[in-house]
Amino acid sequence: MGEIRFLSEDKLRQWLEELSRDCSVWAPVKEDEAVVFRLFDSTKELSLERQPTAPPKEALFPKSETMLLYRYQKDPEDPGKQSLELKERQPVGRQIVFGARPCGARGFTIFDPVFEEGAYHDPYYQVRREKTSFVTLTCTTPENSCFCHWVGSSPSDPAGSDVLLTPVEGGYALEAVTEKGAQLLDSDLLVEGEAKRQEAEAVKQGASEALGQAPDLSDVPERLFELFEDLDFWERMSAKCISCGACTYLCPTCYCFNISDEPSGLAGKRVRSWDNCMSYLFTLEGSGHNPRPTKAHRLRNRVGHKFSYYPELHQGIFACCGCGRCIKSCPVCVDIREIVMSAKEHADAS
Amino acid sequence: MDELKQALKEEVPELDCLMAWGQGFDPLHATPLFIRDAGEVDQVIWNPLCVQNLATYLPGLKGKRVGVLVKGCDSRSVVELLQEKLINRDEVTVFGLPCSGVLDLKKLAARMPEDFGMVREVDLQEDKLVITTAKQTHTFDKQELLPTKCLTCQYPNPVIADRVFGETKSPVEPAEGRYFDLEALEERSLPERLEYWKRELDRCIRCYACRNACPLCVCRDHCIAETREPSWLRQEDTVREKLMFQMIHAMHLAGRCTECGECERVCPMDIPVLTFKRKLNKDLLELFRYEAGVDETAVPPLMTFQVDEENINERGW
Repeated sequence: MGEIRFLSEDKLRQWLEELSRDCSVWAPVKEDEAVVFRLFDSTKELSLERQPTAPPKEALFPKSETMLLYRYQKDPEDPGKQSLELKERQPVGRQIVFGARPCGARGFTIFDPVFEEGAYHDPYYQVRREKTSFVTLTCTTPENSCFCHWVGSSPSDPAGSDVLLTPVEGGYALEAVTEKGAQLLDSDLLVEGEAKRQEAEAVKQGASEALGQAPDLSDVPERLFELFEDLDFWERMSAKCISCGACTYLCPTCYCFNISDEPSGLAGKRVRSWDNCMSYLFTLEGSGHNPRPTKAHRLRNRVGHKFSYYPELHQGIFACCGCGRCIKSCPVCVDIREIVMSAKEHADAS
Repeated sequence: MDELKQALKEEVPELDCLMAWGQGFDPLHATPLFIRDAGEVDQVIWNPLCVQNLATYLPGLKGKRVGVLVKGCDSRSVVELLQEKLINRDEVTVFGLPCSGVLDLKKLAARMPEDFGMVREVDLQEDKLVITTAKQTHTFDKQELLPTKCLTCQYPNPVIADRVFGETKSPVEPAEGRYFDLEALEERSLPERLEYWKRELDRCIRCYACRNACPLCVCRDHCIAETREPSWLRQEDTVREKLMFQMIHAMHLAGRCTECGECERVCPMDIPVLTFKRKLNKDLLELFRYEAGVDETAVPPLMTFQVDEENINERGW
């Protein structure tokens, strides 16, 4: 563990203002009772006391982004002939995501292999990934919906973060996780904080202990494969699901998207926007056939992808960071932990 | 409660499925329970945390024999679904529960933002709510945590039921009127209202929980919000598109919405989307003296017309 720096509570805004001088800073802000990530400016009130309602997903993966602009030009000599003009759009600019919880930052480590490795490299994601740093706030007390320890993470997991902030008496203990993070700590507002090390460690340990024992999920990918054809199981699991997209859109690890052209006359935009596997249209084919016609098929996919197909492709890692938003923001409290455990136990019983 | 459970146990063998509430992932959250075996009836709970409107599932289960537990407000959805012939009366067994108000968990979250997610124990008393969390104990007046629909509730008793369990409750007559919550917004100018909605809808994530939780949004998989042909909404993340969807939703519910409040309750981003529908309902009440979902035989005002409408001065301008 590296050097510890200390930032007193009253200097926090000042530090953020300093950081936002040469890059955009996303920070959690309260709007009604929702806490959302917004670009920080001096008028905004920070909300750090609880897990943000939405994770900082849009910092690297906007809800909707313009990939290119197009325009058809009619040939005045021959109106039947058209030429096409394309203008590429690329994200630019450095940014910092401040105040996400470790689960929010870790979510992107699930994106990385999909968008940056293998056959497909996504330039939009890659540029943003490179230019973004994460200054993450460790959790002190887990919520009832938290289960990061089930999926190999913890309330102070540094994975995906560049700096970790731990609340201590009078302010925060800061530690750099990466070289990128160390550069952010080069500020006169921060002081040497070795004296806070023990307190910070105690906070982290306390949070981890409060989560209790995690079940062993190592056999779950296999169990889910076995349950693939058992539609009766999935009908029971999904009976109360209302097939909305709250779970997926609030999930730090869900990365599915749609690409569509949005025309206005002869010109238009090609946009990439969030899409979700809970929607009937997600898999509706041009022929009219739909391989996932019911919510049972769709929930099977969501759970299967996170706890079976993704780990199968990516070194056994679950595509879930245990943030619990899909549980606590679900209109009807569908609990993914319950489904995973039912899969494990169902297979044990048979 | 014992009487209710006994009756449910007797009924379950006759049904394909019984819908009730059970305890969710923590002491504050209830969750819909789909019961197929009489033994599961013991998991049923009935208290002010039973917020979900289970009538939402009825159109999807058409053709099956189902039982459903309803509060007064939920029962209006059942009536409206029958009015629109979206469900068959002989397939549904309605267990009615007179209700003195459910809790608005968003109001509660606002009162205890730091430890709302860490509740260990909930003690529901007559007028009070004592909540113990990982950090402290809170005591609240129940009245302060009721959603607007309960503060203005006209139908605490089921308007339709095969069996009713519990004592009859009295409707609420708010001194400020049934639509007191709309006044602040109505006083604003149109540009001010637009500014308000721009700010509120900006954080919408287009998850369509408001639509899917609505018992009367029955187009389900064919909603024009998402179809590409016709393409009514664009995929861009703008307030224009989001507001357009809310208008589509509200207009399609005009004369149908029973104000069960599910759209607003389920919004993960805490956007007050019920306001649109309450405004329309207020107008419907003033113009047509009509309320949806109280009379199975009533003809909705937008399904008919009168040459001279009583409260619309069509030739006066």
